[in-house]
Amino acid sequence: MARALYIHWPFCLAKCPYCDFNSHVRNGVDVELWRNMLLADMRHEAELAGSEPLDSVFFGGGTPSLMPPVLVGALLEEAERLWSFAPGIEITLEANPSSVEAANFAALAGAGVNRVSLGVQSLDDEVLRFLGRLHNGQEALSALDTAQSAFRRVSFDLIYARPGQTLEQWEGELRRALGFGTEHLSLYQLTIEAGTRFATEVRQGAFVPLDDDPAADLFALTRELTEAAGLPAYEVSNHARPGEESRHNLTYWRYRDYVGIGPGAHGRRDGMATLRHKKPENWLDAVADTGNGLKEERSLGTAEQASEALLMGLRLAEGVDLTGLSQRFGIGREALVHPPKLAFYESIGLAWRRGDLVGITPQGMPLLDALLGELVPADLVAA
Amino acid sequence: MTDLALIRNFSIIAHIDHGKSTLADRLIQATGGLTAREMSEQVLDSMDIERERGITIKSQTVRLDYTAQDGLTYELNLMDTPGHVDFAYEVSRSLAACEGALLVVDAAQGVEAQTLANVYQSIEHDHEIVPVINKIDLPAAEPEKVRAEIEDIIGIDASEAVLTSAKSGIGIPDVLEAIVKKIPPPKGDRAAPLKAMLVDSWYDPYLGVVILVRVLDGVIKKGQQVKFMQGGTEHLIDRVGCFTPKRVELPELGPGEIGFVTAQIKEVEQAKVGDTITTAKGGATEALPGYKEVQPVVFCGLFPVDAADFEKLRESIARLRLNDASFSFEMESSAALGFGFRCGFLGLLHLEIIQERLTREFDLDLITTAPSVVYRIQLNKSRTDDAREIMLHNPADYPDPSRIELIEEPWIKATVYTPDEYLGPILKLCQDRRGIQRDLTYVGGRAQVTYELPLNEVVFDFYDRLKSITRGYASFDYEQIGLREGDLVKMNILVNNEPVDALSMIVHRSVAEARGRHMCERLKDLIPRHLFKIPIQAAIGGKVIARETIAALRKDVTAKCYGGDISRKKKLLEKQKKGKARMREYGNVSIPQEAFIAALRMGEE
Ligand SMILES: Nc1nc2c(ncn2[C@@H]2O[C@H](COP(=O)(O)OP(=O)(O)OP(=O)(O)O)[C@@H](O)[C@H]2O)c(=O)[nH]1
Ligand code: SF4
Ligand SMILES: [Mg+2]
Repeated sequence: MARALYIHWPFCLAKCPYCDFNSHVRNGVDVELWRNMLLADMRHEAELAGSEPLDSVFFGGGTPSLMPPVLVGALLEEAERLWSFAPGIEITLEANPSSVEAANFAALAGAGVNRVSLGVQSLDDEVLRFLGRLHNGQEALSALDTAQSAFRRVSFDLIYARPGQTLEQWEGELRRALGFGTEHLSLYQLTIEAGTRFATEVRQGAFVPLDDDPAADLFALTRELTEAAGLPAYEVSNHARPGEESRHNLTYWRYRDYVGIGPGAHGRRDGMATLRHKKPENWLDAVADTGNGLKEERSLGTAEQASEALLMGLRLAEGVDLTGLSQRFGIGREALVHPPKLAFYESIGLAWRRGDLVGITPQGMPLLDALLGELVPADLVAA
Repeated sequence: MTDLALIRNFSIIAHIDHGKSTLADRLIQATGGLTAREMSEQVLDSMDIERERGITIKSQTVRLDYTAQDGLTYELNLMDTPGHVDFAYEVSRSLAACEGALLVVDAAQGVEAQTLANVYQSIEHDHEIVPVINKIDLPAAEPEKVRAEIEDIIGIDASEAVLTSAKSGIGIPDVLEAIVKKIPPPKGDRAAPLKAMLVDSWYDPYLGVVILVRVLDGVIKKGQQVKFMQGGTEHLIDRVGCFTPKRVELPELGPGEIGFVTAQIKEVEQAKVGDTITTAKGGATEALPGYKEVQPVVFCGLFPVDAADFEKLRESIARLRLNDASFSFEMESSAALGFGFRCGFLGLLHLEIIQERLTREFDLDLITTAPSVVYRIQLNKSRTDDAREIMLHNPADYPDPSRIELIEEPWIKATVYTPDEYLGPILKLCQDRRGIQRDLTYVGGRAQVTYELPLNEVVFDFYDRLKSITRGYASFDYEQIGLREGDLVKMNILVNNEPVDALSMIVHRSVAEARGRHMCERLKDLIPRHLFKIPIQAAIGGKVIARETIAALRKDVTAKCYGGDISRKKKLLEKQKKGKARMREYGNVSIPQEAFIAALRMGEE
């Protein structure tokens, strides 16, 4: 049963050139309409998966910090009514660090949000312009300040492995970032996603993405510095003081059920993959017509679920419990992870085994996708 | 049956692409064999692969009725032949069934290597040769220069050579008249016991095995019980006819005539080309000399990319064999590639064509290993085994070197015919390939150079190299001249310290290092980076002669992956797995099939 709720707010002030999320730029959003529709979509899921209290709620986007705090409050109120909240529930909202949005932080905290994830991306004005962000470094710093006084838990994102970025440059930036004393950091390597403006620019030769070799060096440096600062990596790109991990995101990686509502939101409900209409207008129409925004509900076979559990779980430093997975999906351990391959990659230091647990070493993490291709048997993937 | 005096049997011979099949088209059209509407370009090239590549692979025979200027109607049996050297045996069979030949020479290109090779064969058969200078419509055509070339180089009278453009139909009536006037009628005795030459045989899904025959004496007809003198089998003739090119049934074929018969034979093997057909009772006592049997000279392994396709491959090869008895196959197993077949071919083009037909007609994905030739090895006595001789078709079967007394490899005599400006690079190429120069002559601006070369050095890429260094202007012909001793060694390729049997090859010691280096460099480019570094080595016995290293992969990870991305991520993994299915796992290394195929194309710098 789902103990995590994701709510998608699909609007942004401008589209960032690297972004392939479900985000849209619209003039004027009918807040009243959106509130009603999100509430309806939420009720639909609560009916099907609403028996246990929630451990986490996550407002993602788009830019949920553009939501009026009263809307956030109304949604949380309804969620609590439908599911009830477990003690110490984590309620996260993604925010952009502009002064306008920072002005809302106190009100959002009042509405129940207790954790923010700030899209700082860089502390350097020139880089922020390259990344097409609307804020500058100074604004980001003061937003961070405001956030830290408004919320108990604050995390922020940085994008690194940018074109031409050197080890020295990144070390300087990351050390500064660690100095702000947040208990959580998300550090993403810049990825050129198909269909983004950056993809077009790269094709046209406007800039050259950083090669894999230097990117791998930056990855290693990141691990080293965060570890030394007491925020070790608990996932490929996420770092936290122990105990301060994002509980909501751990739900995904530990492959537990989660409810996803709003445009384009994915969910997992009892072996079923749910997907909602991506385009805001289509989602609105669907909710108006049918009472929910579902585009697709697909039942996943146990092999498919097991492969999902592996490809999410092995992102975590804690690894996966093979015996647990084997029992959960009724699939033999050998069919989950190919034993000779595991032994081989363990022998060359890219994977580890401890009792029932199997995981990827820090050296293996930057190679995770290739390792998954090796370790997860073809039958499981093809099934 | 037709009066002997009114029969003309001839082959059309030429260098590749000089226009034989196009000329045949025009002759068929001019004599009304097909109407303009039924006609297509190179109508006799009926196989898909012939049409697509624009080349003739199999000889084709058609009968044309031609009313000449003298008012008489003649039966013309035309045999269109392939120009490529791999299919030279097709030409020689056709020549043996005729009394004359149309020698087609491209008016722009002039005399080339196969022009010579084919015309000399024709001369050996005492043929009357009618020179035809074709493609006179081309702006670069120089018919007078070519006429002089034919006289100077081949040494036949070309003063009455017919000038044609097969493409635009110029000179066709003159060709027909020349055939009737110059080519002698066949001889033969209708009253004598049946003696017919088995010129060709092929499998037809409707008729079973169809046999092309040339009757020398006697008559062959439906209902007759015949005997294949070499094969020793007897068959009942159930159909007699000819192609016009449409299939037409006839009551009989008499002396001098060419046509087909069927006798409910199921396998081409049973109707061996070159055999003599006579009547079961009261037949001829002496068989015809027959043909030299063709032997495959180039061997390679063919393996299914997907091991599950092995049975399909076996059936497909057997089906192709029905129609092409000139290639051989036997089962082979490789540690790297699983089960497949070792196949023998007449040459590289033949190899390519069979491979392509398997891929296309039977929808198979194949891995082809490096081509190799047949070696004769004398083995010493060992504790458990007597001294003996083996024929080695597959480098993987190379014996323990300490037991090898002597290795011999096949040699060829190669004739290259070229504009003299390219002579330098050609001599260097032949020299690099261990060639021994035997002859060099100049005629006009052209040179003819003869080399003895180990076949082993030719099967790799000699022909490709020759084409590229002469921009396609040189032509090449060869014949086998037997086995010679050579300092040959087996070179192993080790990937991640394990030998990959499918990549091993037999090379001459003097070129081993260069080959090995090249191979390692190629593999370094062809094998993708792995999660660990991979040494690639070429070795002779325990001695490494070349080495490269593929650096380890440094980064391959999706930076951002939350709840919504699982499906996307899984698609990525599925794609990755599909890609892997097309590779061969060797130890922990996945080698893409292109790596095996690329071994074929070695020397292309
Ligand atoms: N311009 C011109 N092109 C011609 C003429 N005759 C043939 N060709 C072209 O030359 C090419 C080769 O013709 P084919 O008739 O296939 O030659 P071939 O000698 O049968 O070739 P192989 O059977 O492969 O040895 C084709 O593209 C023809 O269209 C001609 O008289 N003039
Ligand atoms: S703000 Fe975030 S969601 Fe919106 S376009 Fe930029 S990266 Fe995408
Ligand atoms: Mg032809």
